[in-house]
Amino acid sequence: MIVASQIAPQWYLGLGAVLFTIGATGLLIRRNPLIMFMCVELMLNAVNLTFVSFAHKLKDVGGQVNVFFVLIVAAAEVVVGLAIIVSLLRRRPEATADDITLLKG
Amino acid sequence: MQAFVFTFSALLVLGGAFGVILGKNPVRCALSLVLTLFGVAILFISLEANFLAAVQVIVYAGAIVVLFLFVIMLLGVDKAEDLRTDPLVGQRWAGIAIGVLLGAGLLFVVLKGTITGASSQGAAVIKGGSDVNQISRLLFTTYLYPFEITSVLLIIGVVGAVLLARRRADQDIEIDADEPVDTFDDPADAELEELHEAAEKEVAS
Repeated sequence: MIVASQIAPQWYLGLGAVLFTIGATGLLIRRNPLIMFMCVELMLNAVNLTFVSFAHKLKDVGGQVNVFFVLIVAAAEVVVGLAIIVSLLRRRPEATADDITLLKG
Repeated sequence: MQAFVFTFSALLVLGGAFGVILGKNPVRCALSLVLTLFGVAILFISLEANFLAAVQVIVYAGAIVVLFLFVIMLLGVDKAEDLRTDPLVGQRWAGIAIGVLLGAGLLFVVLKGTITGASSQGAAVIKGGSDVNQISRLLFTTYLYPFEITSVLLIIGVVGAVLLARRRADQDIEIDADEPVDTFDDPADAELEELHEAAEKEVAS
């Protein structure tokens, strides 16, 4: 059995924090809606990692169940978000996040 | 060994994440995202969350990234993006500054804080049971209502996606009449039409 007890949970939490920061920074600096969307996925993964490391530390499977729900919400979010992006990029293939007003009306 | 696994997967995660936010080509960004997701899956295994690691690979790397790539290929937006243009002056530097502040704050909390809270009593890990067994037990007892609500969420998601992505016939005509530049012209359609015309001419002659 693989046991991660040798590594303090702080390392996992720190990695999650760094990953969340990278995702948030990418969301702020990129303009392509598809890549902004991938940055949201990075942030969700950072939160999942934090959930699982707490579940391991506190010996509570509830954290893992929460990750399961986050996965479901992420899947639904990707489906709807990509549909919006498809209808945006159909109107202007080089659209950035500023052109979302094209969808008005 | 554990330290090696952690370092290796942490490098995978961070390298993939930087690839996503710094890559110019959306296809490369999506593939870097796969790298990050695999790294997180390895970390899940090292945290004894075997079921979630499998779900991570199947749902994220298998379904979500494929959906991303499908959209990129379908719309033909896999051109390199010009990262130097900055329509909103100073947005990049402001974004990086905010990101550094956020990262410093989060790391401060992680490094200076202590993990409080006793080990759980109610949902405690059953000794010897597999994690699939424990997760499913919780999912169908304590978290039964949230679990049922997610099915409603998924149905709403499917209906919403169909409604959003569908091309309405009346709307299309309106847009065509107003500004033909804005409509999406599929080059494959034009080729098909040319082929059709050529075939008709051949039949006629």
